Amino acid sequence: MIGCADKREQPRELTGADAANGLAVIERVGCAACHRIPGVAWPTGTVGGSLDGFGNQSMIAGRFPNQPQTLAVWVRDAPSMAPATGMPAMPITPAEARDVAAYLYTLDDD
Amino acid sequence: MTEPIDGLQGWPPPVLDPAGPFAGPVNTLSWALFGIVIAVFVVVMIALGIALFGPRSWRRRIGGEKVLWGLGLAFPVVVLSALLVWGLGLTAQLSEDPDPSEMRVRVTGEMWWWRVAYLDAQGNEAFQDANEVHIPVGQPVVFELEAADVIHSFWVPRLGGKMDMIPGRRNILRLQADEPGSYGGQCAEYCGGPHALMGLIVVAHTPEDFAAWRAKQAAPSTGLVAASALPVAAGRQVFQASGCGACHAINGTDANGQAGPDLSHVGSRRTLGAGILPNNQGTLAGWISDSQAIKPGNRMPAYPVLTGQQLRDVSAYLESLE
Repeated sequence: MIGCADKREQPRELTGADAANGLAVIERVGCAACHRIPGVAWPTGTVGGSLDGFGNQSMIAGRFPNQPQTLAVWVRDAPSMAPATGMPAMPITPAEARDVAAYLYTLDDD
Repeated sequence: MTEPIDGLQGWPPPVLDPAGPFAGPVNTLSWALFGIVIAVFVVVMIALGIALFGPRSWRRRIGGEKVLWGLGLAFPVVVLSALLVWGLGLTAQLSEDPDPSEMRVRVTGEMWWWRVAYLDAQGNEAFQDANEVHIPVGQPVVFELEAADVIHSFWVPRLGGKMDMIPGRRNILRLQADEPGSYGGQCAEYCGGPHALMGLIVVAHTPEDFAAWRAKQAAPSTGLVAASALPVAAGRQVFQASGCGACHAINGTDANGQAGPDLSHVGSRRTLGAGILPNNQGTLAGWISDSQAIKPGNRMPAYPVLTGQQLRDVSAYLESLE
């Protein structure tokens, strides 16, 4: 049965996105004020949960499938997707949001 | 002026890169002292080398009474006296009495942030700000340095030397920036837990820009006018209902607390948490929700009682206060 087949590895790639620049953007706008993010030594905020292993996580904020295009929207303008979220819109461009998403997909537990 | 792209530009501050007449002499003196120390070290090492491994005739020479009187006594007396006279002359202007016409700012060290009060011509507080000092370029500015609790030390390396802030005393320090820009500063006297996270930024403007900034800062934020729009109005409600005004003042509203930083224009500040975070709605929300995770031990409690919506609204309100 197809439904019981092994889950295929989801390709989480954003064409042309630059994960290294994503980390620089994360540091510039201070995402770590709320999130523990591997690669950022300080701060290690506790408000929004740790992003360690985010590449293996199947949902974003427990609400949306963890897909690249979805994540690129979420990191830039979370309230447009979930009006009750505590995560504000962040001052980054759509291209920077893709870079941030690309960096988050490098955070892998295994 | 050139606006910094990054709120934290200028911090942490470079130490040997003077940008004004009160930092230049300190820098010159430092390099001269380094140079002399190295020269003396080399001479001593050569003498030591000769004493250990040199031929007998050389060893006898450096052991003589003449060398003792010359290199051991006369040389240090001459060098140190000359250095003292030169150093005092070089740095004399640093401790000159300020002219009464010079602009005055009172900076009070608190655990673990900086209260900044701009004084009018009579020496009265005109308005308050925090963790950021704005000055005009090309003229000395007088800093009245005080402490509210323990000893702190005010240090903006590119603009001048350190000056301690001592409870019960008012120390005077003059600084001047020659070019517009951001100059980082840091508390330079251990003052407890988050001492290392007690930074500040001095922002130097052209005199015209500074006058405009001062006029804007002294008045209530124009953001308050727009406060009827959502989510800013809702955020203002949350701010009031949560009792934030017991510790923080916002000019033009009921909030008049004096324990924490004045928030009248918090949205226009370059940093949050005393020079440690970039200032945007996200970092502000993170700070409000759990500043203890960011700066452990600071005097602001975490607020894990706000809903996501409330947190976003109150941070939107504060960011609107430019």
